[in-house]
Amino acid sequence: MRSGSAIALAAGLALAVLFIASLAAGSVWLTPAQLLHAVGADQNDLAQLILLQLRLPRAVLAVLIGGALGLCGAVLQGLLRNPLAEPGLLGVSSGAALGAVIALYFGLAARFAYAAPLMGLTGALLAMSLTYAFGRGGTLTLILAGAAVSALAGAGVSLALDLAPNASGAYEIMTWLMGSLTDRSWDHVWLAAPFILGGAVLLATTARSLDALSLGEAQAESLGLDLDRLRVAVLIGVALCVGAATAVAGAIGFIGLIAPHLVRPFVAHQPSRTLLPSTLLGAALLLGADLAGRLLRYHGAEIKLGVFTALAGAPFFFWLVLRLRATAP
Amino acid sequence: MSRLSARDVTVRRSGRAILNDVSVSLPAGAFVAVIGANGAGKSTLLSVLAGLLKPDQGEALLDGQSLATMDRKALARRRAYLPQTPRCEWPIAVERLVALGLTPSLPAFGGLPADLRDRVDQALTALDLNDRRAQAATTLSGGELARAMLARAVVGDPQVLILDEPIAGLDPRHALDAMGRLQGFAQAGQLVVAAVHDLVLAARFTTHILALKKGAVIAFGPTAQTLSAHLLREAFQVEARVAGEGRNSVIDVFAPTQP
Repeated sequence: MRSGSAIALAAGLALAVLFIASLAAGSVWLTPAQLLHAVGADQNDLAQLILLQLRLPRAVLAVLIGGALGLCGAVLQGLLRNPLAEPGLLGVSSGAALGAVIALYFGLAARFAYAAPLMGLTGALLAMSLTYAFGRGGTLTLILAGAAVSALAGAGVSLALDLAPNASGAYEIMTWLMGSLTDRSWDHVWLAAPFILGGAVLLATTARSLDALSLGEAQAESLGLDLDRLRVAVLIGVALCVGAATAVAGAIGFIGLIAPHLVRPFVAHQPSRTLLPSTLLGAALLLGADLAGRLLRYHGAEIKLGVFTALAGAPFFFWLVLRLRATAP
Repeated sequence: MSRLSARDVTVRRSGRAILNDVSVSLPAGAFVAVIGANGAGKSTLLSVLAGLLKPDQGEALLDGQSLATMDRKALARRRAYLPQTPRCEWPIAVERLVALGLTPSLPAFGGLPADLRDRVDQALTALDLNDRRAQAATTLSGGELARAMLARAVVGDPQVLILDEPIAGLDPRHALDAMGRLQGFAQAGQLVVAAVHDLVLAARFTTHILALKKGAVIAFGPTAQTLSAHLLREAFQVEARVAGEGRNSVIDVFAPTQP
């Protein structure tokens, strides 16, 4: 009990520190005094503008998206009892990516700033419906249907890249696909937040069922668990969370895969107790990655968030594999 | 006192009848061995009796009430089910695994209430698992895991206990122990239904034999009167000698029946 609360507390503290740091750090550094002043003051000075219009929405979005990815990863790994499950598994993030890419491809995004996220959300919900229509009734069929939907949406994205009328169009799509929080505003927060919070509430209700699933599907059902209902709840919850996250920030990998792994040993491997710490840690990891990408510039350009999480996440994952190999029977 | 029954149960899978018009009524306090050749329909019948599989025709009833109309959680509090070779998928502690058996009695959120924690302690003690309670369930030996799963099944004090091959893979000592415990639960008033392949242990410990062949019941009755050389020939196509009674039963299967 205590170690479980400890990891949640530690992740929460790291989150708070990183949140304040990501408000202060950037091309213009703000001291804590300036931060406090900017919050309190009523004048439209530069510090206040940077804080309230640039950094605060970006940090809030990082917390929402990182938390959503960490939570989805923990729930999916619990549902599938497979430590390799990650939020992209059900085809939802690919669907969101395809939706946004269509908006970019046809130039809708240039005419209307929120075309990409709105089309991304639509794509995520369509992908979810398709996965459910083909995959309902079994956990394995759900994964397979998700893989098929992912492949289909991926093919659509490749097609758009291939047929892009000019190099700058293709570049725009590539940039978006890499995932980023650059230039995101409060409008993006208001667009994503209701979906992510709604999805998170739905996913939080699955905790008890995930514990029962430690015994396998037959025993879990014998304990009164309605597996069909659980699968639908997880699919909708993940679609809302990951769909909205991908729609506003592009594809961001590894967070949802790694966060549950990191917290699991601290909560005695109990699936229900990974949810909260994994959410907090996912948020902290994404905030940290965004902060690092912002500070570690390469020829003046920020390193894209999706690229950074993959770059930083992959070596960590190798380490995890090595540890697993050492402890496996 | 609970009575579990099947009424005209038929289960079909891709056109073939796995169970064909099975009717049987099992009283509380009985320890029923379900026997039959591989593919005879034992596991399917147990799934139907546990309410996990809805038959294509007919119904399973607990005290006259159809399982299909019962609330999932209410049913889960009254009967426990263990599938063949149950596994634990995460390295959770044995006491956590046993506590999962109380899932249908738990509130939607929050930890384990104090009175339920006592139940876990009792189940751990009853199955000699006290020195294993903090150990990860995935590191247990086969015999210990079988005991832990049995503790998980009985921790909620169910009226009906349904087990699919509970002694498969256990060494002779652990198999004897397991059958003895199941007999104890039946003597305490629970209904225990188990698919069993070890005919000697079935003869020694169970009160009733339910024999299946190709999805149909070919015999059901008190063990001493039902488990005969004639039945074994019909159910398994083997020649056997059956001798003794109760704890002294001996069954020697010596040759396949010539067609």
